[in-house]
Amino acid sequence: MRNSSNYILLFVGTLTAIVALVLSLMYTGLKDVHARNEAIFNKRAILSAVSNYLEKPVDKMTDQEVQDVFDSKMEQKVVNYQGEPVSSEDVEALGYKGGKAEDIDMAKEKKKPAEDRIYPVFMYEDNGNKYYIVAIRGNGLWDEIWGNIAIKEDLNTVAGASFDHKGETPGLGAEIKDNPAFSKQFQGKELYDDNGDYVSITVRKGGAKDPEHEVDAITGATITCDGVTDMLYNGIKNYQNYFEKLKAEQGSGKMGMLIQ
Amino acid sequence: MAETATTQPTKEREPLFGKQERKLLTDPLNDNNPITVQVLGICSALAVTTLVYPSIVMSIAVVFVTAFANLFTSLLRTYIPKQVRMIVQLVIIAFLVTVVELTLKALNYTVYKQLSVFIGLIITNCIVMGRLEAFAMANKPWRSLIDGIGNGLGYGAILIIVAFFREFFGKGSLFAGSPLEMKIIGSTAEYWINTSDSVWMGWYANNNLFVFPPAAMFIIGVLIWIQRAWNKKLVDIS
Repeated sequence: MRNSSNYILLFVGTLTAIVALVLSLMYTGLKDVHARNEAIFNKRAILSAVSNYLEKPVDKMTDQEVQDVFDSKMEQKVVNYQGEPVSSEDVEALGYKGGKAEDIDMAKEKKKPAEDRIYPVFMYEDNGNKYYIVAIRGNGLWDEIWGNIAIKEDLNTVAGASFDHKGETPGLGAEIKDNPAFSKQFQGKELYDDNGDYVSITVRKGGAKDPEHEVDAITGATITCDGVTDMLYNGIKNYQNYFEKLKAEQGSGKMGMLIQ
Repeated sequence: MAETATTQPTKEREPLFGKQERKLLTDPLNDNNPITVQVLGICSALAVTTLVYPSIVMSIAVVFVTAFANLFTSLLRTYIPKQVRMIVQLVIIAFLVTVVELTLKALNYTVYKQLSVFIGLIITNCIVMGRLEAFAMANKPWRSLIDGIGNGLGYGAILIIVAFFREFFGKGSLFAGSPLEMKIIGSTAEYWINTSDSVWMGWYANNNLFVFPPAAMFIIGVLIWIQRAWNKKLVDIS
């Protein structure tokens, strides 16, 4: 009896059904908690880019404090490649529930051509200063890498950066995230040269030579670091049209002050 | 799980936690350690031991999986058709691992991210299936549960010891990422011993080798050496 095919089928079928039922119940029950955790995790990464201007380190903040900073000091905006604002209805139409910048899945956007993507912009305000945080994404050695770059109001000076990765080697490529000294180097670097041309920031193997546009690479992680360079160049470039528009706005605003 | 707990075998004349049960629990910690004696589960021991805190979480996850996989398999052992027993065991393990994964994702998302695929890879951890085949299929549920806990703890103990050395020498910290975080030695002001302005410790630098998986191999090797030198029972084995 125990060896008959019917018994085996019945046993395996019942077991599978029970397991599937329990797991799906559990998954559905915890779905909201998972989504909230993931959202807070991403918000922490965004805040790390402006960690210099926060009251306490991001990893010491509670989930609630992270949310509070986002609610009180962070303005969110979604723009397209041309730099025009995208309405939250249009963002939702692309499949991002919530329709805000924080809801955009950059991994999904990266698969589209740059012209068709939508780009999140976070504006952090602190003591009257404004910082624009942009999200960038590229490829490291083994898998994707991504980061958030905070840019000062002049749209040239970098105020801070944070990086993360999917599967870089611990101790080598993973240092872009694990070693705070790496992302700290980006503070104060400039995106444009003296002529106003876009040069981005290069992660230089063997040590930075240009104090304004280069940072030191991590020993043993050349490919990841080159990936960071490419990611920075292409990622921030995609925001150029938006920056141009912002500068035009700022220019018209500041002209009055200059005349005075 | 509450249901299965009540279906434990009725107490016979043997005590609930006698000599044999104690042996089942302590054997895997030393004489029959899954990692240092049986040399199982090495892969995850190399991968997740860069930091102590994720290692502790990983250990708890493995204790949970080995314990309940043993318990469930033992409860079902007379009903499992022999032809498909390994598939059935795998379903039980995969079920428990998914439970762990979903729970951890809800409780501590950061550690969930740090452990990434290695929680899922508990499914392939030889210790779990090894115990099911070797013990749970032939023993009563209560003892199987204890055997599972013992083997999970044996694995976890080695994991935490290895992680302790790797984190201390590799990163200069302990329990990083947890509320107990201790930054002990390093080159910035946030460490207790700041090597950049200390006269005595200026020569010290964190050894990056300890962050790499090979370091875990060396540490496990040294642990096996120490254990064999100290535990006379192991001298003639293998």
